[in-house]
Amino acid sequence: MTALAEQTAPAVTDRGVEGTRLRRRGPAWLGLAPFGVYVLLFLAVPAILAVTSGFADGEGRFTLGNFAALANPNILQGLWASIWISALTAVIGGIVGALICYALLGMKPDGAVRSVVDSASSVLAQFGGVMLAFAFIATIGANGLITTMLKEWGWVENPLNTFNGSGVMIYQIPGLVVVYLYFQIPLMVLTFLPALQGLKSTWAEANATLGGTRLQYWLRIGGPVLLPAFLGSLILLFANSFSSYATAAALVSQGGIVPLAIRQQLTSETVLGVSNVAGVLALVMVIVMVVLMTAYAALQRRTGRWQTGSRR
Amino acid sequence: MSAPRFSAEPARATSVVILVLAAVLFLLPIVAMLEFSFRQGQRIDGVQNYGLQHWQGIFDPANSFKYQDLFEGIGNSLLICVLTVVIVLVLLLPVMILVELRYPRLRRVLEFVCIIPITIPAIVLVVGYVPVYSVVAQIFGSVPWTIAFAAGIIVLPYAYRPIAANMAGVEMTVLSEASRSLGAGWGRTLLTVILPNLRRGILSSCFITIAVVLGEYTIAAFLSQNTFQTALVLINHTDSYVSVIFAVLALLFGFVLLLVIGRVGAVGTRRERRTRRTA
Repeated sequence: MTALAEQTAPAVTDRGVEGTRLRRRGPAWLGLAPFGVYVLLFLAVPAILAVTSGFADGEGRFTLGNFAALANPNILQGLWASIWISALTAVIGGIVGALICYALLGMKPDGAVRSVVDSASSVLAQFGGVMLAFAFIATIGANGLITTMLKEWGWVENPLNTFNGSGVMIYQIPGLVVVYLYFQIPLMVLTFLPALQGLKSTWAEANATLGGTRLQYWLRIGGPVLLPAFLGSLILLFANSFSSYATAAALVSQGGIVPLAIRQQLTSETVLGVSNVAGVLALVMVIVMVVLMTAYAALQRRTGRWQTGSRR
Repeated sequence: MSAPRFSAEPARATSVVILVLAAVLFLLPIVAMLEFSFRQGQRIDGVQNYGLQHWQGIFDPANSFKYQDLFEGIGNSLLICVLTVVIVLVLLLPVMILVELRYPRLRRVLEFVCIIPITIPAIVLVVGYVPVYSVVAQIFGSVPWTIAFAAGIIVLPYAYRPIAANMAGVEMTVLSEASRSLGAGWGRTLLTVILPNLRRGILSSCFITIAVVLGEYTIAAFLSQNTFQTALVLINHTDSYVSVIFAVLALLFGFVLLLVIGRVGAVGTRRERRTRRTA
């Protein structure tokens, strides 16, 4: 919808610019300046500092020495854990989330179910952070509701409290998968639902008129049309999990994934000489994120082609 | 809408089964939090007593010292919320209006800038905020409200979208030209024509900003400032009941806040649809 508005708008707006150009050009430019300065100081400068600090040694001179950290088995292990957790939660979250979206198609677009699901999804996907960690401590933590119930039923050493033979599951890196799904699935609902809604009802009608079945509709029409949007949402979920910090920080006290490794680097005072390793990890994260978001933008353009066609 | 047998929509029963299953799974942790918060004493021989002990304890003057940091953190977070909303209204909103009306070519640039914070995770920005805030602390002192500068950046993608969506649905240029040609000045056009039309987007932006700032942990934690979230993590070590109580309350508060946004939005889309049909 926005994309289409952007395509059609210039014809109108250009006229508007023409009409007002002669007056007060200067002050209008000044209007952009405060925001520009703010973004420069608090977005551009920190981002550049973060990414370039990996190239500086303790005295601020240029070095590539920090990149030796990427050969460190702990760091590599963390990077690998970040990748597999993100991939796994993206795929499971994507499939479950898509199912929920499909179920929502059967509900009224302006109905109460829709607005409750929308709001709940936004809360869980975007603002949960630390609070989700507590939710799972109360659910499957050492004294959580489910853990206690399992013990009560005679399963004293269950996977929730003796995971991998080393204690409570959610305090370990693989346990993050369960917790992350709690914000991945809602994010899938938020990002994939618009695409599913963009399916034209006339396509289903055409399929039915030509004697197609429901299965054929999804395999030949719905599936191919939705594929770019689905893959795009998976990428967004991967990026979301990859960059998420607060939930993991509240559960796991050591390292284990890249964001936690950055915390270790920033807070440890014992390894002062390698303090700029945080910068290296930040750079790695940004590179991964830029690649992901570029792929996402490309898929969005493909998605948009169908969506704009179906909207008006 | 077409006849049901032609549509791609699922059967009513399928829909309901999937949604009920999802609702049970997603409510479980919330229910577990409430159950946890009502526990009283240890579980003995499989019997758990329940009561309001931990809820009442929050307001017990005897605990005021114990919970001092938490209440201070909540206060700090609320102040940061207000300042971040001010940043959105004073810095972002005017630029969005200016770009829409006078520099439409910059629209893509502005959108790009506002989406960057999604690509650069908070945990990465924090690496750069540590040196930036050592300068900020020299100017303003190391005080919690300065987090608002960083929060305003984190919030950009969320705050930008509702206003942009609102602008796309309103013929901003036509409206302002009409207003100007009828003799209104820029100030009057802004106050009586443009802002009222963007009311819905602005309101959504402000609410989302509040929700995001209340949930922000990463930056406050690394800049060693006491906010709601950092206080929750700290108090969890000594009194996990209280952290769970405040976490569930905050999640419910966020839910209500977004439900209101949804309703505000729904009213708007209904109105838009009507105007589109008459147009």
